[in-house]
Amino acid sequence: MSATQPKMELPREEKALVAALSSLGEKVKLAFAKPNRIKIFAERNDVVEVSRFIRDNLHFDHCANVTGTDFPKDKQIEITYHFGSIDGEGLRRIILSLACKVPSADARLPSLINEFPSVELHERETAEMLGVVFDGHPNLKRLLLPEDWNDIPPMLKAYRLPGRLEGE
Amino acid sequence: MPVGATGISTQQVEEDKLVVSIGPQHPGAGHFRFTITVEGDMIVDVLPDPGYVHRGAEKQTEYRNYTQSIPLLERSSLTDVTNIIGPYSLAAEELMGIEIPPRAQYLRMIMSENQRIISHLYWLGIQAIFLGHSTMFMWPLGDRDLLIDLGEMIGGARITYSYWIPGGVRNDIPGNFKERALKTYDYFEKRLVDYERIFFENPLFLKRTQGVGVLKREEAIRFGVVGPVLRASDVKSDTRLDEPYCLYKDVNFEVPVYKECDTWARCMVHLFEMRQSIRIIRQILEKIPSGSVRVKLSPQQRTRPGEAYARVEASRGAMAFHIISDGGTKPYRTKISVPSFRNLIVLKKLLIGSHVADMPAIYWSLDYWPVEADR
Repeated sequence: MSATQPKMELPREEKALVAALSSLGEKVKLAFAKPNRIKIFAERNDVVEVSRFIRDNLHFDHCANVTGTDFPKDKQIEITYHFGSIDGEGLRRIILSLACKVPSADARLPSLINEFPSVELHERETAEMLGVVFDGHPNLKRLLLPEDWNDIPPMLKAYRLPGRLEGE
Repeated sequence: MPVGATGISTQQVEEDKLVVSIGPQHPGAGHFRFTITVEGDMIVDVLPDPGYVHRGAEKQTEYRNYTQSIPLLERSSLTDVTNIIGPYSLAAEELMGIEIPPRAQYLRMIMSENQRIISHLYWLGIQAIFLGHSTMFMWPLGDRDLLIDLGEMIGGARITYSYWIPGGVRNDIPGNFKERALKTYDYFEKRLVDYERIFFENPLFLKRTQGVGVLKREEAIRFGVVGPVLRASDVKSDTRLDEPYCLYKDVNFEVPVYKECDTWARCMVHLFEMRQSIRIIRQILEKIPSGSVRVKLSPQQRTRPGEAYARVEASRGAMAFHIISDGGTKPYRTKISVPSFRNLIVLKKLLIGSHVADMPAIYWSLDYWPVEADR
């Protein structure tokens, strides 16, 4: 869903990151690069490798957020990791997003918990809210939902809030 | 399972270990439960169990247009209402492609810094009562009312102002605000000296916090903690410095950083930040330009399709909104990255290996706000 961005000159750090990411070749696809924000896509088989590259070569040291978005029209769920950097020089202002699209019918991808321990609770939340399985996560138990929740994962578009009609 | 008069239930798991359930009825502020396994008076395991106040705020924004969501989102963080709407407004404005007039930017900063003090005072009161210091519980909560009065003067309500909105701020400040604010902050700065004398220099406070709950620099970074917890772990990181929003580039302030990495350091960061917030507001009151405070939006304002990730430095740390839009009048998906949720991961790390008696001091030094974390 990346929209066309207005053409603007990228700062030095962003340019260097985009250049470094392009060394991964076909494994990453650039969604957008603008000042302070870069987003890339990777296939689920490559997510772990790309995240290691982001950690070791690009010096992003923690995960700030994980967003799961349901796109029922494409029958896909998009998982976006937002990485931040504390110790990378000039990188604190930059958020690097790594997104991966998985088919709704087989919503699973490898967990990044070994690469980024900070994803632990974010992945647990995404798992219960969208029904995505993170392979290798040691504890994908329910986190925020009530223990007697007896419905489909609520952040799927197919779940409607009680009392709300279609299109409301 | 014997239930004591306090309502805490215990369960014997092994000969010398005991599982104690803490919460969910307010172990400090808000409904949150964690179970600790104790061996003697040492904590050997911790299981945090959030979610008791999950309201599905993210899902509900998908049914409302950008303005309608504001009062709803505010309620996730009642001590920090201005700063939770901050990144939401910034992200919505990025998607709408609108620029905010300078006066509105400065007004946003005034409200945001006043809110930071309000939130820190609430934290201070609870931290003190956890350490058994009831004077330091009464004073901050009393003085907090004066700052809430200032917020009421600007925003019209005492707690939920809905002040930051996409397009600017809801209204301008009244003419006598500057005089009243300066008077209040003069008084409050004197009170901060009193706080230091009676509490922050108190041997009881030092004994209970120094060397307790140490979170090393490398761990703080690796686990992605934010805000005062991060700054107390020897990292000089603050969104206002790292990625300045509003007009924070135009004001002078210092960001505290402590090398001690313990509960004491986390408390001192809060004290330091309150003084800096006053310093920022004083500078703004001197130089705030006149002009409009709001860009009028249509009731059904459309956004461009795409996504925006915006963040501000809230009282508890970096607060971010990731909004994905399909070009309609409502967000397609809203994800809130709240500091309390990000800091929760280290609760386990800090409590394991510490004494049961240190638990309240460590728990509340994280300034964990369950309603904010659960959203």
